[in-house]
Amino acid sequence: MQVPAHVEYEKAGSVGHALTLLARYGPTARVLAGGHSLIPMMKLRLAQPETLIDIGGLAELAFVTRTDGELRIGALTTHAKLLEAPETASQFAILQDAERVIADPVVRLWGTVGGSVCQADPSEDLSAAFAALRATMVIAGPEGNRSVPVRDFFTGPYETVVGSGELLTEIRLTAAPASFLAGSAYEKVGRRAGDWPIAAAGVFVSLDEDRATITAAGIGLTAVGADRFCAAEAEEFLLGRLATVENVARAGQIAAGHCRPVSDQRGPADFKRHLAGELTVRALRRAVQRALRQTRGSGATGSAADGGGA
Amino acid sequence: MAEEPDVRITVNVNGADCSRDVEPRLLLIHFLRDDLGLTGSHWGCDTSNCGACVVWLDERPVKSCTILAVIADGRRVRTVEGLERDGVLDPVQVGFARCHGLQCGFCTPGMMLTARWLLDHHPDPPPAAIREALSGQVCRCTGYENIIRAVRWAAENPTSVPE
Repeated sequence: MQVPAHVEYEKAGSVGHALTLLARYGPTARVLAGGHSLIPMMKLRLAQPETLIDIGGLAELAFVTRTDGELRIGALTTHAKLLEAPETASQFAILQDAERVIADPVVRLWGTVGGSVCQADPSEDLSAAFAALRATMVIAGPEGNRSVPVRDFFTGPYETVVGSGELLTEIRLTAAPASFLAGSAYEKVGRRAGDWPIAAAGVFVSLDEDRATITAAGIGLTAVGADRFCAAEAEEFLLGRLATVENVARAGQIAAGHCRPVSDQRGPADFKRHLAGELTVRALRRAVQRALRQTRGSGATGSAADGGGA
Repeated sequence: MAEEPDVRITVNVNGADCSRDVEPRLLLIHFLRDDLGLTGSHWGCDTSNCGACVVWLDERPVKSCTILAVIADGRRVRTVEGLERDGVLDPVQVGFARCHGLQCGFCTPGMMLTARWLLDHHPDPPPAAIREALSGQVCRCTGYENIIRAVRWAAENPTSVPE
């Protein structure tokens, strides 16, 4: 029987109250959101906090809002809410792709976006999606809020820059200007429904007015030991180049070459490296298709009707 | 480290308020089974994979092996014991019985609670939507086909009563 070790419990009534509790209990306390990452870790005694500070009731942190230039996701937004949010249509379709394959529908109803990224599991899906989108993580602390680029957020497996007295409150995504042709996509291969990925890749691209030149590229990789969950060398290669089949294939090769997968129960390292390249190519292809479809007036990209190859 | 003091919680379970003193580390599934004696919810894999422990927390099905009982304080829980209303089985329960949606029955309470939630939100789900909704729940007996049929039967007979 797996049960967590002894722990004390405090329920936070507001973000301010949560910060007060975090300051009072110090580094032996952990924030409890949906608990679907932390409680399994506590059962395995891989996490053994002395105090849990439950922020699960803070409705102020459960939101998805879209303004002209920005998509804001509250840390307590459940996976199910993000999956259903109309605000993630169009250029943020990568989030719908990813959420559709995170855990299973029941887990998605309770697990939270902020809890997932703060767990910092090296195989976590949203970490790669947010890396591709170059998200900004908003962290509340005793001295106010600070913003950290997602690519500086993770300091190692199961480690982030969020300090013991701090709380991730929000994830912000900058939208490309309406004049840009922007698209995104996420591709994952897992062993079975609901499992962590063997490998997965997420892509954000924008194209120039010529509908061919890549003006921005973000590539996120997870479960394959990619530095900061991204494929920086492949992004650099694509920038300013044409979105041709050859260049997309080359970007996949570069991404595969720079990650460092390890063999484990989900597969051997060479298979994961192959997947990293292939899934980068597929996500790029789909993201470019979606970007090109944006000119057809509705802007309703990200439907299930994705076509074949680029 | 000294044991932490128990916490007083009140959970509305199947319509009745239940107050108990619990350790903060107590999991909801054990609270339901051991403290309240509601053994209809099953404790399976312990790793939030199998779904045998699914109950409703407020309006959502959850895997109760991955929820602390203290989280349920002040909330409503619905278990398989609360599926029937005034002695009348839920159409999902009738469907499982009629379509042979179970053999050993271990996964059945969780399957039925998720199915009820699905039908409340999508009254006429195609089989693919049923499979997706139940994809986080494991059955080792039926091969799932009869479970899908059972949920379809409930969708087609939403006001059924047992014969």
